[in-house]
Amino acid sequence: MTNLTSLTLAEARDGLARKSFTSLELADAHLAAMERARVLNAYVLETPERAREMARQADERIAKGEGGPLNGLPLGVKDLFATEGTRTTACSRILDDFKPPYESTVTSQLFTRDGAVMLGKLNNDEFAMGSSNETSCFGPVVNPWRRQGSDVKLVPGGSSGGSASAVAAGLCLGATATDTGGSIRQPAAFTGTVGLKPTYGRCSRWGIVAFASSLDQAGPITRTVRDAAILMRSMAGHDPRDTTSVDRAVPDYEAAVGKSVKGMKIGLPREYRLEGMPAEIEKLWSQGAEWLKAAGAELVEVSLPHTKYALPAYYIVAPAEASSNLARYDGVRYGARAGGSNIVEMYENTRAKGFGAEVRRRIMIGTYVLSAGYYDAYYLRAQKVRTLIKKDFEDCYDAGVDAILTPATPSAAFGIGQKVGGNPIEMYLNDIFTVTANMAGLPGIAVPAGKDSQGLPLGLQLIGRPFDEETLISLGEVIELAAGRFTPEVWW
Amino acid sequence: MNAPVKPSNLIKGATGDWEMVIGIEVHAQVTSNAKLFSGASTAFGGNPNSHVSFVDAAMPGMLPVINGECVRQAVRTGLGLNARINLRSVFDRKNYFYPDLPQGYQISQYQSPIVGEGEVVVDLADGTSFTVGIERLHLEQDAGKSLHDQHADMSAIDLNRSGVALMEIVSKPDLRSSEQAKAYVTKLRTILRYLGTCDGDMEKGNLRADVNVSVRRPGEPFGTRCEIKNVNSIRFIGQAIEHEARRQIGILEDGDSIDQETRLFDPDKGETRAMRSKEEAHDYRYFPDPDLLPLEFSQSFVEALRADLPELPDQKKARFIADLGLTPYDAAVLVSEHECANFYESVLGGLADARRDGKVAANWVINELFGRLNKEGLSIAASPVSASQLAAIIDLIGEGTISGKIAKDLFEIVWTEGGDPRVLVDERGMKQVTDMGAIEKLVADIVDANPDKVAQVRAKPQMIGWFVGQVMKASGGKVNPQAVNDLLKTKLGL
Repeated sequence: MTNLTSLTLAEARDGLARKSFTSLELADAHLAAMERARVLNAYVLETPERAREMARQADERIAKGEGGPLNGLPLGVKDLFATEGTRTTACSRILDDFKPPYESTVTSQLFTRDGAVMLGKLNNDEFAMGSSNETSCFGPVVNPWRRQGSDVKLVPGGSSGGSASAVAAGLCLGATATDTGGSIRQPAAFTGTVGLKPTYGRCSRWGIVAFASSLDQAGPITRTVRDAAILMRSMAGHDPRDTTSVDRAVPDYEAAVGKSVKGMKIGLPREYRLEGMPAEIEKLWSQGAEWLKAAGAELVEVSLPHTKYALPAYYIVAPAEASSNLARYDGVRYGARAGGSNIVEMYENTRAKGFGAEVRRRIMIGTYVLSAGYYDAYYLRAQKVRTLIKKDFEDCYDAGVDAILTPATPSAAFGIGQKVGGNPIEMYLNDIFTVTANMAGLPGIAVPAGKDSQGLPLGLQLIGRPFDEETLISLGEVIELAAGRFTPEVWW
Repeated sequence: MNAPVKPSNLIKGATGDWEMVIGIEVHAQVTSNAKLFSGASTAFGGNPNSHVSFVDAAMPGMLPVINGECVRQAVRTGLGLNARINLRSVFDRKNYFYPDLPQGYQISQYQSPIVGEGEVVVDLADGTSFTVGIERLHLEQDAGKSLHDQHADMSAIDLNRSGVALMEIVSKPDLRSSEQAKAYVTKLRTILRYLGTCDGDMEKGNLRADVNVSVRRPGEPFGTRCEIKNVNSIRFIGQAIEHEARRQIGILEDGDSIDQETRLFDPDKGETRAMRSKEEAHDYRYFPDPDLLPLEFSQSFVEALRADLPELPDQKKARFIADLGLTPYDAAVLVSEHECANFYESVLGGLADARRDGKVAANWVINELFGRLNKEGLSIAASPVSASQLAAIIDLIGEGTISGKIAKDLFEIVWTEGGDPRVLVDERGMKQVTDMGAIEKLVADIVDANPDKVAQVRAKPQMIGWFVGQVMKASGGKVNPQAVNDLLKTKLGL
């Protein structure tokens, strides 16, 4: 029998349909792989009993010729998604052993409606705040990739580091993730996986622990573009419980895989050519453009003039919303509570002990930028910048551009601890190519496209028109076919 | 509104006259089955934390969804206040920490409220009226309740009220006396109750007021104001204003200045005391709630609601005056409470000729019924005399069956014993007795015309039968023999 953990989601689906193996066998293979790979710290909670029970039920459905589109396929879930009766922490001490009495819309679509199997909860940066998965209260996630000839442990990126690491290491067939400023695409790029952040409003945010409500979107991390398309279809959809979700039919994204990109116009934004950008990133970008051209796409240089303001504006908007979203963690109703002699002391102790340093930093930044006297200079101005960034993209798309190609990250994965304790700005710069899509609410996909000189995967990003994830899938597959798949050597 | 200074509104200070300037923010709980952003019930009086959804408890990942009925209620209210309805408004977060505020922020409307400027016409007891400008009306969430008496050293939280919809109705600083302020809140409450958008129950806290008070020399610019929070009765509003204005005048006349601050009214002591100063004021860090899209609706949505509005007190009052000839005072009294107006209109509906007897009916409702209800401490809903019974009594007067005086006796019987007034009139022979003057005249005529029989009857009282027969004959049998008997006995000294 083939190694069940190295199958793609699509292959496993087809294998189940052919009855080459059972869902329980798939689940068991992954549970065993998870156990072997605990050094990666990708899972913060393994749910083997639940997984096997779900797999058994999936097998029963198969036997009866029933089952949804993901029937029996084992997936990992970022710990930001509320899973009913199963601990959900956002990887923060403040949620303690919180077990939600409800299931997020996205995961209920995956598991209850479409029949997938949950393997466990995946590590992430605390409240999704971070770009290296080092702010988690469960400790850092290790990237299954290592530099050639080195055993230095590298970060998988963040905040969906556990999702990316688990997918890359074969610890699930695919994983849910969320992206507020690059938290799907950056870790995908760092781990040689595919990460798709859909258009804002494409997925329901109901039941996902909020970081920055106007930027947060759920999406998949998978090993192939086709797998991303398959998961996307199950994750997307309108939800009356999230009024920012959009009532728009969910297309069959998988049908976009293999669709010709001939005649598509691909924009290469000159503002993304950063000063001091590593030559290999530059080369990768050109290579990606050549591949798309070879597939019949037309390349055009475009300008997104407000790009340079995106990161600073993002680091005002996101913390501002976070400072308010995280106010509910006060120790009164759920989660951890640290005592005090009065209510103010209880708040202060609870929040000081419950939140990690990066979360506290962002709450303070957010509180500051919303304060009387500073609101106009920071928050309001950042919102204006956001409008301009959005308009930059609209102008491009109005001029006939179908998608924009950029590098996904300014570098490959870095060492654990390498950027901790330094200037936080250095960490924030990881998101420089990805935050624009969040600020503009646009879909973006990161696809592995090559390796750096030390053998680490690098990714390219495609940014599309609103609700045109299909074009990104078609283009992403072109890059995938040309670049090949990237699988880390097992060292754990 | 900067109306001319009314001398009667001025307060005499030690150093001259002062004028109060008052603006009021009324928090009115929206009448709706579900909360503003969750499906949880708004029912009052449930067990603590029995009407709480995951949204109300601010569980992680929960999102607010606007309740359309609350929006409709706010628009209806705006229309009832003759206000501009904003087709696009925005929900903002007002951030502060408090245990009964689970989200750590209140969803409110800050810069773009659902309703803009409007006005309310207020009637005073002296028959004059004045107009109060409405600055805005916005929708917001109510907070939960902290219970401090449940445990020795801990407080308990009840989230039943958390997330219930409130309308904050902000007046312009147009009020110049405590009387005006009370009359304004009374009128506002009446309008809300007519609209059915708030039950106005101040005892349950469903309508409460924050009162802003400042004083100035007549004609001078506004002084520094203090805000008295959460006053929960109309009487207390008056007391709080009187006390606060005098406190401020005292300070100013001593040569000191007013500190802008938030104060609380203590009904037991009848005074206000400082709650927090301007420096201690929260920085609420308002910003648009990213979980909610701007609230947008069409003009046709507004017009549909407008078309469905009930008749409001001002319209009703005008109609009573024009159609029924009521005095403005009587009309104002009748429309001041929706239930009273409804009762009066039911009486009108029961009358044979409402146009003829509408005015009489108004007098009866106001003087006899309301007077008696007040005396007995009863609400109109508990009135022992129904509208149809009262209408029957007034019909009996109008058609001349009974006199007004007898009608009062009849009212008394209906009040205490109940029954159909027409039947009562027949059964108790009240009908004939109505024209007592005429009967007395008949009796007197017969007595005067028969001095011989008078002498006989005095000797032999059984002879009275002859007199009765004569009176009956003379009246065509339309008088009550017993009544005639009684009258004759008096007249003849038997």
